[in-house]
Amino acid sequence: MRLRTPFAMTALAAGLLSAAQVNADSIDLTMYYPVSVGGALTDVIDNLVAEFESEHPEINVEAIYAGNYDDTRVRAMSAIEAGDAPQLSVLFSIDLYELIEQNAIVAFDDLIETDEEREWLDSFYPGLMENGQLDGKTYGIPFQRSTIVLFWNKDAFEAAGLDPDMPPENWEEMADMAATVREASGGDQWGVMVPSTGYPYWMFQAFAFQNGHRLMSEDGTEVYFDDPAAIEALEYWVSLTTEHNAMPDGTIEWGTLRQNFLEESTAMMWHTTGNLTAVRSEANFDFGVAMLPMNTQRGSPTGGGNFYIFEDATEEEQRAAMTFIRWMTDPERAAAWSIETGYMGVSSAAYETDALQSYVEEFSPAAVARDQLEHGTAELSTYQGGRVRRALDNAVQAALTGQMSPEEALSQAQQEADGVLRRYAR
Amino acid sequence: MNLTSYRRMQLYGGLLLLPAAVLLTTFAYLPTITTVINSLFLPGFRGAPAEFVGLENYQVLFDDPTFWKVARNNLIYAVGTIPTSIALALGMALFVNGKLPGRGFVRMAYFTPTILPMIAAANIWMFFYAPQIGLFNKLLGALGFSGVNWLGDPSMALGSVIVMSVWKEAGFFMIFYLAALQGIAPELKEASDLEGTSRWSFFWRVTFPLLMPTTLFVLINALINAVRVVDHLFILTKGGPNNATNLLLYYVYENAFSFFDRTTAATITVVILLVLAVVATLKFTILDRRTHYQ
Repeated sequence: MRLRTPFAMTALAAGLLSAAQVNADSIDLTMYYPVSVGGALTDVIDNLVAEFESEHPEINVEAIYAGNYDDTRVRAMSAIEAGDAPQLSVLFSIDLYELIEQNAIVAFDDLIETDEEREWLDSFYPGLMENGQLDGKTYGIPFQRSTIVLFWNKDAFEAAGLDPDMPPENWEEMADMAATVREASGGDQWGVMVPSTGYPYWMFQAFAFQNGHRLMSEDGTEVYFDDPAAIEALEYWVSLTTEHNAMPDGTIEWGTLRQNFLEESTAMMWHTTGNLTAVRSEANFDFGVAMLPMNTQRGSPTGGGNFYIFEDATEEEQRAAMTFIRWMTDPERAAAWSIETGYMGVSSAAYETDALQSYVEEFSPAAVARDQLEHGTAELSTYQGGRVRRALDNAVQAALTGQMSPEEALSQAQQEADGVLRRYAR
Repeated sequence: MNLTSYRRMQLYGGLLLLPAAVLLTTFAYLPTITTVINSLFLPGFRGAPAEFVGLENYQVLFDDPTFWKVARNNLIYAVGTIPTSIALALGMALFVNGKLPGRGFVRMAYFTPTILPMIAAANIWMFFYAPQIGLFNKLLGALGFSGVNWLGDPSMALGSVIVMSVWKEAGFFMIFYLAALQGIAPELKEASDLEGTSRWSFFWRVTFPLLMPTTLFVLINALINAVRVVDHLFILTKGGPNNATNLLLYYVYENAFSFFDRTTAATITVVILLVLAVVATLKFTILDRRTHYQ
């Protein structure tokens, strides 16, 4: 005891000293992030942040939940204008052009120093990087990323006399199967629901891409909304209601759709894979997850949020932010994140971890979004993105609610977008 | 009164006004002035300085069909919410002012919507309105009617938003009416009972005129609320489908923060301010003269 006391004292003193040291040198980071699906994702983030802080005591991260993607962008941009910019944030992957135009973010290429960091930057799925890169530089690191997948209710399929293990492969099958379910249920259950509020352009992009059509140019200065292939895609979407009587009239609400599916008021839904874990834990029936059906090709746009680092932060803060982002996107973490949410593991290394491998083995739907990535396309992203997306949203809604024909609606959206993009197209 | 004490009084008065003056200048006058200035400039592109364009932004705005649609929506919204919520509030106040069992409970029930945060209320109503699983369509279904896509059908959506706003506002206005009703001297009622006045004419000849200051106050509040709707739209419809429920302030928000178009946002804001200024003038010149304060 006598011998020990001085030792304990020294240890204590050393501890105090190092604590003081840490406090003096510690870096405070603020991060805004969105949640656009149900479930207690804020808890998951809080736990990750706490774990990071215990591993990196010199860095404090304050993670602030800021609503959906649009709300989060607003919060971040207003904070920048108020001179209280966050150092990093998770924002919509398609906010890239706007953030660049506002000179708000820095490229990761300018921050990395070592080969190891270069390797990390190259470790993500190229399909997920598309929305985060411009002119050969990377500005956004994939984090809560998704594709649209088809959820189907196996029990409902069986009750309608369909093979419960056979999701629709193509447009025709989806319309037929949906109509069959609708008929067999005597009108109690809808066949399929595709959300048309929240992110209508995203769903439409999937239809268009399945019809072999990409809606925008690579450099974000042109859009092709009124192409015959796009019109045909919208006509098919509308026909699910008007011709096949398989989808309800009017627009379908993004926010309540999962509940619709869980209460079995629809046999199929298109939704982000980010809902997967929540559906899994709440469904009282057997369900499956499949790639979206195809027409001339398979396809889904990618979606979701990327990490960005802001220009206004000091160099030291930017480095610390990168340390945090590297930690968050590390294969082990990416795997855990994917398991807890349903969002994709962002790198192939994430799917090679034991955790995700055994999870996929036990629950195969977890791999669908990744497999579909092979057929993925970048999410609609252009200069003046908010206005251009809004024009397309309105067109889709006008067609779905019968106010305009798909052709009229899309050519009006094209005109509007052309007007907005005029000065960038030169 | 000698000169120095007059000066002192002036200084005293000035100091009393100072806090309000500072607050108003910071949060009302300065933003108004900068907004007006912003609406006269076109921001520079890629680092170029802003360019003075005079009233061109207004010209562009008035050529924008969406703006007119949004303005019309807002007019419908105001006409739909203001009289209904005021009438309902008055009715509820008269009801809970009488002798009825469980009066406190009923009053509280009427007031509850006011306490709920708008975002929470809108989230609840989103599920009320949900086409297949929602409360309203379940009720309709039980009565044998097929459901309606309340928020997804452009012809229903604005009406649905209005219904929710009325629900939210009526309880709030009821409190003012209830307070005013309780301030009316009971002698008036006794006197008119002696005269044998019917309840109907007592209400129109005595109660209602005495409630006029309250009605005016509530009317102004309802008007302000009709112009500053943002939060329900956020949750319920995001202004859709196809702008069917887009209202002025939400359109300002969209321009400023979704489209990063501060100029358009400033221009619309100035238009809204001008309209409100006209309304305020009407209020001071016409309505105030016809209102009897006790």
